[in-house]
Amino acid sequence: MAQMVVEPTTPLGSGPRAIPTEAPLSPRHTGRLRLPGGLGAGRARFFLRRVSAYLVVAWAAVTLNFIIPRFMPGDPAEAVLRRIQFNTGRAPLHSEIEAVRRIYGDPQKNIIGQYFDYWSGVIHFDFGVSTTSYPTPVSELILQALPWTVFLVGSTTLIAWLIGTALGALMGWKPGNTFDSIFAPVTTFFHAFPGFWLGLVLLWIFAIKLQWLPVSGGYDPNVPFSLGNFWFVLSVIFYGALPMFALIFIGFNGWLFSMRNVMVATVTEDYVLLARAKGLKESTILMRYAARNALLPNVTGLAMAIGGVIGGTVLIEAVFTYPGMGFLLQNAITQHDFPTMQTVLLMLTACAIVANFVADSIYVLLDPRVADTN
Amino acid sequence: MFEGFLKNRRVQWGLGIFGAFVFVAVFGDLLIKLVGWGPLDVDYDALHTGPGHGGHLLGTTISGQDVLAQLISGARGSMAVGTLSALLAIALGAFIGVSSGFFGGTYDTVMNGITNVFMTMPSFALTLIAAGYISAAGGPGSNAMGWALMAFLIGIFEWPGMARYLRAQTLTLRSRDWAMATKLLGESRMRMIFSEVFPHLLGIVSATFLRAIMAGILAEAGLNFLGVSTGGVISWGTMITNAQNQGALTLGWWWWFLTPGLAIAFIGTAAALVNFGLDEVTNPKLRTGNAGAVNRFIKAQRRAARASA
Repeated sequence: MAQMVVEPTTPLGSGPRAIPTEAPLSPRHTGRLRLPGGLGAGRARFFLRRVSAYLVVAWAAVTLNFIIPRFMPGDPAEAVLRRIQFNTGRAPLHSEIEAVRRIYGDPQKNIIGQYFDYWSGVIHFDFGVSTTSYPTPVSELILQALPWTVFLVGSTTLIAWLIGTALGALMGWKPGNTFDSIFAPVTTFFHAFPGFWLGLVLLWIFAIKLQWLPVSGGYDPNVPFSLGNFWFVLSVIFYGALPMFALIFIGFNGWLFSMRNVMVATVTEDYVLLARAKGLKESTILMRYAARNALLPNVTGLAMAIGGVIGGTVLIEAVFTYPGMGFLLQNAITQHDFPTMQTVLLMLTACAIVANFVADSIYVLLDPRVADTN
Repeated sequence: MFEGFLKNRRVQWGLGIFGAFVFVAVFGDLLIKLVGWGPLDVDYDALHTGPGHGGHLLGTTISGQDVLAQLISGARGSMAVGTLSALLAIALGAFIGVSSGFFGGTYDTVMNGITNVFMTMPSFALTLIAAGYISAAGGPGSNAMGWALMAFLIGIFEWPGMARYLRAQTLTLRSRDWAMATKLLGESRMRMIFSEVFPHLLGIVSATFLRAIMAGILAEAGLNFLGVSTGGVISWGTMITNAQNQGALTLGWWWWFLTPGLAIAFIGTAAALVNFGLDEVTNPKLRTGNAGAVNRFIKAQRRAARASA
């Protein structure tokens, strides 16, 4: 530990100090800034504000979903109807035409009426039928795929965040030491790997060369499909190991750097110096003084990164033929299955909104100042 | 600030690597002549041979095309899409971010709201779906679209991050003393934005630009992999996709799919290095410096303390 030369400071004035008796010491001004209703109300108001912000996002997402097919070249509705005709070998029924027109636009109806029809479809969770696996409703395909993606995104984001934040805190604790200067360039390089390419490399090494792990799928098809079955759960973990590892590997590097950079700035703060001067244990200073404060931007980052994480998951699922939303989306796109494409986007956005809200809520629990200051 | 930026060791490395890739992308045709094989030339004597055999430095693909030639030609395809999409994203992001940070008020609230909406939505999925519609409009079975169109689709959904970042930077610039001084001098707002605020943002914009190019390259590769192709243009993304589709993975032809991914990773590292450098310049607390210099300083200080004691 390098010793710093600190000159003894001489107090500027000695003797009893004159204490101002006016405003600053009156009870109304002590402690934290109080809002009417106290801390609880501040939090409640914060949540209310966030919820309304996310409702706006949700509305915008649905509206965008309504607009995109109507502005695209060609007539998606016509394409969907033709595909139905091609699949079934008969002219589409009147009810089918109506359903397709509701989602993709009807030249005969005005746009406002179409918009309300579209919303009623969304509220009833009715997104029409898939054209590739006709006549399965899209909502059914989505409900089958969604749990897999939520499982994959949720677990890997959490693990990647924890690993990245912990390592980042250690790296930023003593910036420029051996650990930091070796690890920083290496992870920079790792972080630049295209996610799906990394998935392919892992697939090649572990599933094809070494044959330790399965090449594709989300579970063992020979095991009865039920969450209560221990062997089924085990097979889910076994089949999910490679995609999960790929996603964690892609994810943790980003968290590591943001945590390291904030940590580097935090360890020079006065309160960390004070903690040192108190003679506290290094680990206590690291965990309770420096890392705890440096954590906050990483929590905000969690909310902002979810959109990108979902994009990465789409690709990873395609690599490992994992039965989630990404795989569904890939199939829908190559087969021009518009109803499925559309709904997957809507559901992914919904997931992003929920995840954002969760991250926001964690943030306000960690840092009460957010709710206090308006 | 800009000088300090260029003196930073990391920035120099990053710009060096990036410059090398730009050189390859621009002068690719000449380099391919040196390789001896065109990217689409077929060598029937050397189908899927490993690196170094039959005059192919990095081996060949399943149909006997030279991997190195494809890699060089792919640099142009990938960089072109990346650069074009980055230009669009930066232009949109800078316009929205700087204007809303500068003007504030209702305009800022609305623009910030729009930015947040696009920020929350998974932009890659959005790009993918728009690409899906457009490629489907070409008729049944067609999945190809021009590379410029693909770059447009990538860029149009990539601006929110930059807008948010540049808005925050503009806000801090607006509150500086010189900004107030310019205002008091009676300068017009436009002049203030373009000749006062924007030059200060130039370093940040250029580093963000590199990151945007990288994001564009990644998005292009991802879109290709999911089946939205740029009909005929060779890029690193199409190389990886072709390798995967034509069984390079199962047959263990690693030279075919490892090289394009590593090329992307190197560009990404270069962009990241420049960005770290920028962070260090704008936030001096991040400068870890070199331990040697710090130790020398401390020793000198100790000596001085002993001498004075």
